[in-house]
Amino acid sequence: MNSQASETTNISISASQARDNSDRMPMRMEDEKIKIHVNDLNLYYGNDQALKGINMLIPEKRVTAFIGPSGCGKSTLLRCFNRMNDLVDICRIEGQILMDGENIYDRNVDVAELRRNVGMVFQKPNPFPKSIYENVAYGLRLQGVNSKRVLDEVVERSLRAAALWDEVKDRLDDNAFGMSGGQQQRLVIARAVAIEPEVILLDEPASALDPISTLKIEELINELKNEYTIVIVTHNMQQAARVSDYTAFMYMGDLIEFGDTDTLFTKPEKQQTEDYITGRYG
Amino acid sequence: MKAWFKSGSPWIWLNGGAVAFCMIMVVGLIGLIAVRGFGHFWPADIAKVEIIDANGNRQVVMGEIVRPQTITAAVARDGGHHIPEGVDLITRYLFKQGNRDQTGNDFAWHFETGMGEFQYPKDAFQIERREWGNFYGQPVSLSREGNVIATPNDANFWSLLQESINRSLQIHRDIHRIERGEIGRMNSEIERLRLDGRRLELSNPTAQQRAAEEARIAAERARLDDEYAILRVELDALYQSTRRDTLRMRMADDREVDLSLAAIVRITAPNAMSVPQKMGQYVERLWEFLTTPPREANTEGGIFPAIFGTVTMVFVMSIIVTPFGILAAIYLREYARQNLMTRIIRISVYNLAGVPSIVYGVFGLGFFVYFLGGNIDRLFYEAALPTPTFGTPGLIWASLTLALLTLPIVIVSTEEGLARIPSTIRQGSLALGATKSETLWKVIVPLATPAMMTGLILAIARAAGEVAPLMLVGVVKLAPTLPVDGTFPFIHLDRKIMHLGFHIYDVGFQSPSAEAARPLVYATALVLVILIVILNLTAINIRNRLRERYRSASD
Repeated sequence: MNSQASETTNISISASQARDNSDRMPMRMEDEKIKIHVNDLNLYYGNDQALKGINMLIPEKRVTAFIGPSGCGKSTLLRCFNRMNDLVDICRIEGQILMDGENIYDRNVDVAELRRNVGMVFQKPNPFPKSIYENVAYGLRLQGVNSKRVLDEVVERSLRAAALWDEVKDRLDDNAFGMSGGQQQRLVIARAVAIEPEVILLDEPASALDPISTLKIEELINELKNEYTIVIVTHNMQQAARVSDYTAFMYMGDLIEFGDTDTLFTKPEKQQTEDYITGRYG
Repeated sequence: MKAWFKSGSPWIWLNGGAVAFCMIMVVGLIGLIAVRGFGHFWPADIAKVEIIDANGNRQVVMGEIVRPQTITAAVARDGGHHIPEGVDLITRYLFKQGNRDQTGNDFAWHFETGMGEFQYPKDAFQIERREWGNFYGQPVSLSREGNVIATPNDANFWSLLQESINRSLQIHRDIHRIERGEIGRMNSEIERLRLDGRRLELSNPTAQQRAAEEARIAAERARLDDEYAILRVELDALYQSTRRDTLRMRMADDREVDLSLAAIVRITAPNAMSVPQKMGQYVERLWEFLTTPPREANTEGGIFPAIFGTVTMVFVMSIIVTPFGILAAIYLREYARQNLMTRIIRISVYNLAGVPSIVYGVFGLGFFVYFLGGNIDRLFYEAALPTPTFGTPGLIWASLTLALLTLPIVIVSTEEGLARIPSTIRQGSLALGATKSETLWKVIVPLATPAMMTGLILAIARAAGEVAPLMLVGVVKLAPTLPVDGTFPFIHLDRKIMHLGFHIYDVGFQSPSAEAARPLVYATALVLVILIVILNLTAINIRNRLRERYRSASD
């Protein structure tokens, strides 16, 4: 997919620049190549409906942010993209999620294969109790790659991609638990990147980190969007504004408003959105 | 007062007191066992004393003073002893006088009335014998083939004596090697041939096969008979030569006795020993206690087979219980649907831990030994029947029974370990495209290993101290062979074993002489406690290493 990606964007400037640059042209969904279509998605935990008729388009090689108050369903929606909700016994899903035109909830979809294409980074860093090297190599080893040469190359490339290589290149065999929280989170990103997914889901990746580490993660997201489609859930509206190209505001399981980040934060169409981003509730 | 209660001090005192009480109990227990157990090996002085009783009869007593005891005169008079009027309390001494073959009693109480001064003659010998317990006396002469070669007045008496003892010990070792090693091997070969013969009959062979097989068996048997004849000659010569030297000893009552050196294990003259010499002797005896098999119905000699049996059994049990417990816990926690059924199973497993161990023993005997073992014999050892091979108590059944007994412990702690692993780690692996089983084996199980080790530690502690069920399923008071030796298949799971816990019971309560057994009970108990501590420390050490390796990010 990545190889045949056709660049149809009108401008390509880095997000951090973009936010300071008020007269930049807004991004338009019509110009994007769409990676994921969400069609009439309803999700129930037992009898409680957590997502209500969600329709949305996630553009390829862009950063899409989900914002909203706690319990609004943004993490649940994110977890639908790699079917992590399957782990919850009482969870039931209606509707479709099309990734490159294929419904990932089809009966014949291999979930492990899907998750290889859709990497995920969680709120709390969750490295494995292994060496730094083995953490990054884990996904490849699962796929049966055991060649030292290939693994070395992928580990270095992934750690570089996660801006971690220079910090850990001399202690690749140390236990990952010995790293700082920010390093661990970047290691987890490197681990996700190592298996070359097409989409990376970030579930509040910086909420457990200090400001410096948060900044590094945000810079990293900017780097990664050149290669990957990124969906990020965040509580932090400044962060959403800083890193994302498109933003979805959710409330109580409904998708209230979805649009390019600049418009959503400066001229929201809905009153609810405006109330939320101006801090009136949530 | 109220303020004092409010301040919380009473709680602190209560809690501190509880800890102190526990410490006193533990330290006291270990201390008692240690003092009594370790004291046994110290070479005690040999006292000689002259007693003239009320009728004017003179009696000379020689031996180790085990302990004095003060009793009321009335009790002594009730016992039929003559105690002078006007005496209320009287002290009596327990003498270990030995010479059971001559006097009938190893131990005897003597009242202090009429007792002369204690003397400690330098030439008093304590002689450890293979039979009849210790001998106490003073040497008269050493003879070789009937001729006196040395008397205690000769300067070289002691060195000649030691030389003779070393020679007879060497011969004894040779005899033992031939009897246990070579003749034992022959016996097992003869047994194998007998079984071959039985198998031949059972297999319904053609006449030709039968003839060939029978010829082979006959040939091998003839060869073994020849080898045996050669060994028999060698053995007879050795037995003959052990009778070469005799030591003439004088007992306390001036009777003289000839002791063959073949029956002597060790001669010491504790009254003539300096403290460093006694220490050397102490270490030697302690070492002997730990490394040699018991003699004389377990009242003398060492406890090595019991130590070895206990350790082997615990190892075999660990090997059985670990995989079973871990697999069961993984299924219960990771795969089984959490519903009423799993809850019932879990409660049952937890309750199994509380079932009295003798119940497991009965079950082990009925199910493992008679049912499983009996069927194994019928299927695979038909030729040996009616002599049971596995259909009789043995190491494997003892280990299996203990494994069953400790299974709940391993399951519970493994389950707890699995439950403690943060779900984010699990999700992290799944999100990378790992299947459930890949996640389990590559991430979850390694993280849970310290918990598994904890379960194993508890299981070992429980199993090593268990006695009751073992008496039914494989532990005996005296096992002729160790469960591990040089003959194929090297580890003999069908053999009966000795066990320290049972040894304590046997020596303490089943032995002919309670006084002789008492120090051995303490010493054996001490060894058992130390052994369990060592096993536990090893396991704890392994667990701590694992913990270090899998230190979780969350804690």
